[in-house]
Amino acid sequence: MKYRLKVEVSLKPSHSDPEGETAARLLRELGYKVEGVNVSKAYNILIEASSREEAFAKAEEMCRRLLANPTKDNYTIVVEEEK
Amino acid sequence: MKREEIKVCILRVGGTNCDAETQTAFEALGVQAEVLHVNEVVKRRNLLEYDALVFPGGFSFGDYVRAGVIWAKWILAKLGKELKSFVEEGRPILGICNGFQVLVEAGFLPAFEGITPYPEAALATNYPPGYNCRWVYIKHENSGKCIFTWKIPKGRVLRMPVAHSEGRFLFPKEKERQFLERLYENDQLVFRYSDKNGDYAEGSFPINPNGSFHDIVGICNPEGTVFGLMPHPERAFYWWQQPDWTRQMLMPQCGDGKLIFESLVEYLEKKF
Repeated sequence: MKYRLKVEVSLKPSHSDPEGETAARLLRELGYKVEGVNVSKAYNILIEASSREEAFAKAEEMCRRLLANPTKDNYTIVVEEEK
Repeated sequence: MKREEIKVCILRVGGTNCDAETQTAFEALGVQAEVLHVNEVVKRRNLLEYDALVFPGGFSFGDYVRAGVIWAKWILAKLGKELKSFVEEGRPILGICNGFQVLVEAGFLPAFEGITPYPEAALATNYPPGYNCRWVYIKHENSGKCIFTWKIPKGRVLRMPVAHSEGRFLFPKEKERQFLERLYENDQLVFRYSDKNGDYAEGSFPINPNGSFHDIVGICNPEGTVFGLMPHPERAFYWWQQPDWTRQMLMPQCGDGKLIFESLVEYLEKKF
């Protein structure tokens, strides 16, 4: 079975987000009433797995091993069946 | 070991830079230095023929995912066993700029309890944001553990250039104080950003060019044999590499970066 893993890696709120702050500042310059911007990275991963649970476990492992640094990053995972 | 017998391996991948400057620095001190693409090392399986290893600066693998992480995980997958043996045998590893990012992402630094499978620190996006390329002052904090700086008196202020976008050294927020204490206890803190008089930056830009926690510039492992720093010592090796050499009446005979290479070479001469 093929699954699509939608992984989003974002900075923990305890650490400052210079990219987000820069984007927020410019958006305010452009006239938007922006209160804050948080930048995150999205990975869209297609994998083969025997179950949804296995696909989720694989995604968690990928985050721990490569996609996120636990010092500064949080991550969320959404698993979708690929039709 | 005789100086001319010392062999240093400077690793290279797509996106690394200053490998030639690093090689020149070592050769100027009379040791053999070879620039090798990591694919070549994987093919030859000859890492343990070298007495020291350098991960140079640059933007390996385009800094994709996070600066240094692709190279770190790639080399661990291909040469993990050899690299761990290299460290366990006490052979020195130097990480400059992107090389420091690689060592942190690979779990080789700070490595309080040995090499870790996941990073215990991070080199995050600079604060204030953006690529920062400037000469900075760094104060030596180490009491003699770090074999790359043992020749430098504690408290001495050196001058070197930085050039990076991701150099903000961080610990996990909840462990910040605990990890900092361990750095001091183990004598792992090597340099902090300061002004030219040695007063710490306390986070103020541009003295601290990237917003690093505790003004941290570089750290070593508990054994003092693995060392990473954000500035480029190889770009401050000769006196004429300094930005104000035409305006000085009395220039020193060398740039401050030379002290790091000399410390390593003299350590290898004595130790092995």
